[in-house]
Order: sequence, then C-alpha cells, then structure tokens
Amino acid sequence: MIKSYKLRRGLANTFIYILLAVLGIIWVAPLAYLVIQSFSADPGAVPQTLLPETYGFDNYVKLLTETESLNFPRWYLNTFVIACFSCVISTISVLMVSYAFSRLRFKSRKKFINIGMILGMFPGFMTMIAIYYLLKAMQILDLKSIFGIPTFDGPILALIICYSSGAGLGFQISKGFFDTIPRALDEAATIDGATRNQIFWKIILPMSKPIVVYTVLTAFIGPWTDFILAKIIAGDKVDNYTVAIGLQKMLDNDHLNKWFKRFLSGSVLVAVPVTILFLKMQSYYVEGVTAGGVKG
Amino acid sequence: MRYIDYMQLNPFQRFGYNFANFFKKLPSNLARFFIMVGKAIVGFFVSIGKGFANYGKRFVKGDIFVKLSYLIFGVSNMVRGQIIKGLLFLIGEAAYICFMLFFGWTYISKFSTLGTVETYEELSADGFNYVPIYGDNSMLILLYSVLVIVISIIFFAVYIAQTKSAYKVYEQKKNGEHVLTFREEIATFFDEKFHVTLMTIPCLLIGCFTILPLIFMILIAFTNYDNAHQPPANLFHWVGLSNFGELVNITKGARKATTFINLAEWTVIWAIFATFSNYILGMIVALMINKKGIKLKALWRTLFVVVIAVPQFVSLLLMSQMLQENGAINQLLSVITGHNVGYKFLDSWLSARITVIIVNIWIGIPYTILITSGILMNIPADLYESATIDGAGPVKSFMKITLPYMIFVTTPYLITSFIGNINNFNVIYLLTNGGPTTEDYYNAGHTDILVTWLFKLTMGESHDYNLAAAIGILVFIVCATLSLITFNLTKSAKDEEAFS
Repeated sequence: MIKSYKLRRGLANTFIYILLAVLGIIWVAPLAYLVIQSFSADPGAVPQTLLPETYGFDNYVKLLTETESLNFPRWYLNTFVIACFSCVISTISVLMVSYAFSRLRFKSRKKFINIGMILGMFPGFMTMIAIYYLLKAMQILDLKSIFGIPTFDGPILALIICYSSGAGLGFQISKGFFDTIPRALDEAATIDGATRNQIFWKIILPMSKPIVVYTVLTAFIGPWTDFILAKIIAGDKVDNYTVAIGLQKMLDNDHLNKWFKRFLSGSVLVAVPVTILFLKMQSYYVEGVTAGGVKG
Repeated sequence: MRYIDYMQLNPFQRFGYNFANFFKKLPSNLARFFIMVGKAIVGFFVSIGKGFANYGKRFVKGDIFVKLSYLIFGVSNMVRGQIIKGLLFLIGEAAYICFMLFFGWTYISKFSTLGTVETYEELSADGFNYVPIYGDNSMLILLYSVLVIVISIIFFAVYIAQTKSAYKVYEQKKNGEHVLTFREEIATFFDEKFHVTLMTIPCLLIGCFTILPLIFMILIAFTNYDNAHQPPANLFHWVGLSNFGELVNITKGARKATTFINLAEWTVIWAIFATFSNYILGMIVALMINKKGIKLKALWRTLFVVVIAVPQFVSLLLMSQMLQENGAINQLLSVITGHNVGYKFLDSWLSARITVIIVNIWIGIPYTILITSGILMNIPADLYESATIDGAGPVKSFMKITLPYMIFVTTPYLITSFIGNINNFNVIYLLTNGGPTTEDYYNAGHTDILVTWLFKLTMGESHDYNLAAAIGILVFIVCATLSLITFNLTKSAKDEEAFS
C-alpha cells in the first residue's frame, strides 16, 4: 500500500517536473532567442533562421559606434541620468510622505490619505497631455545644456520632474511598513527629549532599510521601463529619447529592416541591469504588493 | 445565519455565502455610502461656515492692529515682535497682488468665454505672403486660469492662517504669555509641526504636476477642443456635456459612439480574460512549484520571474516582431511541421484578440506566481490531507479548497489587477498598436482598449482632446467604483494601528 502510494506520488512528481520544464522552456524561450540572436553575425539585419549560423559581437559594436541616425549610447546616458535623479527625489518624497502619514497625527491626515488614493485612480496618462503643455508653457522643453552639462537638455529635466513629482502618491507600501514599527519607540524617544525630526532620522530610518531599498530600486527601475510618458515628452527630438522609445524607434517602418538585430542587442544591454536589480528586490516586491493590497 | 452555522460551512460555501451577502447588502451599503458622502458635504460646508464665523469673531475681538492685518498682512505680528514672520506675510501679499495684476487677471477674466479674439491672416508688408495675427489662445487661457485659481486658493488659505496668527499673537501679548521668536518658530517645524515640513514639498509637486493637469483635463472634457478647434489658429469654447452625449449617442452613422461602445465592450472582455486567465493558470503553476517533494523550487520560480524582470517594452516589442509573418514563431512552426508556415497572427481581428490574450498570459503569469506563492503555503495542510482521505483527487481539492481559499484571500489583488488590465496600455499598444485597423471605428482598431484609444485621440493625428478627456473621466468612474468596493471588502484601513 505504502509502496503504491510512493509510486503514485513519484509518477505525479515526474509529470509535474516534465510540465514545469516544458512551461519553463516556453517562458524563457523568447528571451533566450533575444539573447542568442543579439550575438548573431549572419549577414542581413533580420534573422532568417531560428538560430544564427555564426556568432560575434557585430551588432553590439555597430549599435555603440554607428550613432549618426540613432544614438543608442546617448539614450542610455539620458536614461541613466533621469533614473539617478528621479531615484533620489522620489525616494525622499515617498519616505517623507509615508512617515508623516504613518507616524505623525495631525488634522486632516485621513483626508490627505483619501485624496491621495483617489488621485491614484485616474488613468495616469490622462494627465500626461496636460503636463506636456504645462512644461511647454513653462518653456522647460526647449532648454539646452542645463547646468552646462552637454546632454542635459530640457526634455530630460522634464522627465525627471514628471517621474519624481507624483512619487509622493506611492506612499501606501512604505506607510504599511512604517505602521508595523511599534509606536512605543517614538514615545520613549519623545520622553527622552528627542524631536520628531530626530526620531525620523535616528530611529525610524535605520530600522527601515528594506523599505528604503525597495523604494530606491523601484524608483531607479521606473524610468528604464516607462514608455508612454517618455514618448509624449520627448516628442520627435531623437537625441533626448530614453532607451524605451529609442528601441521602439528602431522597429518603425523606416528602420526595422536595418536595425532589428541592433534592437536585440540594445534590448539585452537594457534588460540585463534591470533584470538583476529586479531579481534582487523581488522579495520586497511581494511584501510590498501584498501588504499594500491588504492595506488598501 | 448564526456564527456557528457559518463555521460549519466548507470554504467554498463560505465564499458563496459571502458573495451572495455582498450583493444582498449592496443596496444598504450604497445607501450608507451616499449618506456618508452627504454628511461629508454638509460637514464641509458647516466647517466653512464655522471658519467664517471665527474669522468674523477674530476681527471683532482683536485690537486695531489685528483689524489692520485683515487688509495689510503681518501688521499684528510685526507690532508684537515677530518681525520676520510678519514681513514674510507682507511679502506674500505683495507677490500675490503683483501676480494677479500683471499675469493672473488677463487670463482669469477670459475664463468664462475662453477667449473671443479670433486669429486672422493679414497681408504681410512685402505684399506677397499672408501672416497670421494671433488672437486669444484658448488652451493657454484655460491652463493659466486653472493655475491662477489654484494659486488663489493657496493664497486664501495663507490669508486665513495669517489672520489666525495675528489674533493669536495679540492674545498672547494681552495675557502676558511668551511670544515665539522666529528661531523658536522654526524649531517647531522640526517637532510639533514636523508634518508640515515633510508634506510641503511633495504636496507642491503633486499639486503642480498631478492635480493641476488633472483639473485642466477634466475641464477640457466640457469644451470642444477637437481637431477642428486647435489653438492658436482657432478658439474653443465651453460646450457642457455634449462630449459625453456624443460618446453614448448610438444613432445611425455615429462613428464615435459606435467606436466607444465596441471598445468598451472589448475592454471589459479583455480585462476579464486577462485577469482570470493569469490568475487561475498562474496559481496552478505556483501550486506545482510549491508542491511537496518538488525540488529546485527557487530555480523554477526564477525561470518565470525573469520574464517580469525584463522591462515590459522589451519583451512586448520582441513578441510583436516574433509574431510577424516571417517572425520567429512562424519559423519555429515551419521547422516543426516541415513546410513553410506564414500565419498572420495579428491581421484578423479575432486572431489578433486571441493572440493578445495569450501573450498577456506569458507576461502576466509570473506576477501571479510571485504573489500567490506565499499565500498558498499558508493554506493549512490538514485540509488537503483530510480531503485526500475522503477520496478527493488533485483537481477536486483544487476546485474545493485552493480556489475558494485563494479567491477569498486575494480578492483585493484580483480587483486591483482587473483595474490594472482596464488600464493595460503597454500590452495592447506595444504588441498590436490597436490593429488591425478598421474604417468602422473612429481612429481605432479592433484590439484597442479605451485607454489606448484615449492615447491615439490625443497623440495621433486627430488631437480630439475633448473626447479623450471624456473617456478618461468615464474610465476613472469605473475604476474608482471598483476600488471603493475593494476598499469596503477589505476594511483593513480601520485596523492600521493594529500593530502599533
């Protein structure tokens, strides 16, 4: 009896292993295709066979050196600059807002929280058009070389503003985290004469490393993966593209036949760092989403 | 049903009971909701009334300097030693007056008409070309009017705070209390008023780049800012609710209404299929990974998670190319079948829609795996054991134990992802760009959902901002209602201090 049970379980497990392997292959195959074809050295820019016949770094070299019409290194730099700035600004504002909502008690705190939630329900890019006109009216989009930095043009600044300005609305997840820190700590510190400012910096922040890491990573990854906003803001100024719209540009009718393999290698260059960062923060991600979901 | 009866139900019946109960209680809950809203509105006006009463009371009770500060800011503060604070108030007042005189008034005065001076063309000095002489720019008038209104509201709040401060410092002086110096006042912003310090900058940013554009777009929905009324060449005007009328008016040949109804229908179908296919299939995979005796759990999970780690636009753009007639998928099919396959996945509307849903499964399942893995491990194992003893197979215990339990625990996540799919711009836009296009629809294709149509209406050739804004408002209403239901279902907002 026990033997047959073991056998049955063994059979079931084998079946599951096979199924998982098949599914795993299906899931990873397109990405494997992306990576393998990016190293293809076959003639022609569009792969004619499933696997390339010769391998080499041609596509990468071309992508990084032939920059007259589509300047990928420049886009990469743009995105990196945007990501760094908006990462710093959004992290600070998210932590400030969520700390205030979680630990401080003040008049109309509940109202602010509700307003924040309602604002989050509007389809995000409904406002993007208006933001575009606002930035245009403020003449930010036409600026050149801000602070004397040659690649730091208006649209880059505009994107930094856009990505970091709304960040304060994403307070739920870190508020959920701050809520779990016992209030007794604050009270003890207050009795010892600490101001709320000191409590924030010296007690709460050091205890909140996971949520700080999570916020930093999401804010940093955001600009690398965002598509719509960058498309609206950058318009037709090709030099100010981020990698997302740049890579899409490589697939339009004018470029597809020459650029497809370079698109693949560009995608690899973008995807590798983002993937590594994401895998690092996935455990935080789950905590964040489930906690945020339950907290509403 | 008493509690003891409820406890005797199996998870599935419990879910059914809760589900039925939810709809049974819906009318009374809705009624309560509207009463709550009514009370909130009444409360709002009462507090405004009280505010004005206090405003008047302070004026009557205060001395001459307090009365003077109602006109000239900061006088009362300056007289009683708070020089810097008073000066700051005064500078604020002067700045606002200058702003209104030199900038605000020109726009806000035209707010009700959105401009009357038409642009016309005039023969240029050389007598050969016509050059436009620009009149009013309705778009800028609307944008700046909103800006002026927002700034005025902030100014009004500062004004009220200023009169309070003027009266407070008068009372303190009269009662011989200590009046805070500027340095002490600053110190309070790091302690009692620390929330003000923390919230000001984020609130300003949100106000400028979220609320202001939002008000602007909501107002646009009530104008005729479409492709025939493009500033600066043309003016646009207020038209009331006619944009919403145009969207639902299904008379013959009304292309916009047809498009709207069809796309709304497809949006709902898409959201349902996308949400539930991902949810159920993802849960099955997660169950397999988490099954007892399966090794290399981390490896399996990572295999799937890699797909979401890669930026969505990369995987979707790649997919859109792989699905082409000579793309990788057809090449693969050719290798397998041995003869040339060139299936056009995205060319007919039905096959395009099915393809979109299937590709979305590829994108979406890993999310479900990530989220549900943890919860699945929390289902008590003895439930399964007793089910096995009672003779239930894996399918039966999935249907009777896992699914009801999971649906019960993850309803909020389910609704959130349903909303996410209604707004799922990336998958549709990057994969099919809404295609295949059709002449029956106004600027849209068969796989377009409402939000991608909104995007095309604004960024495409047509620039029908008014329609786009109206669609945005309708989508918001749907999403907000769903979110409210979620919020009421979970109710955990009330327990936010449970841990502290």
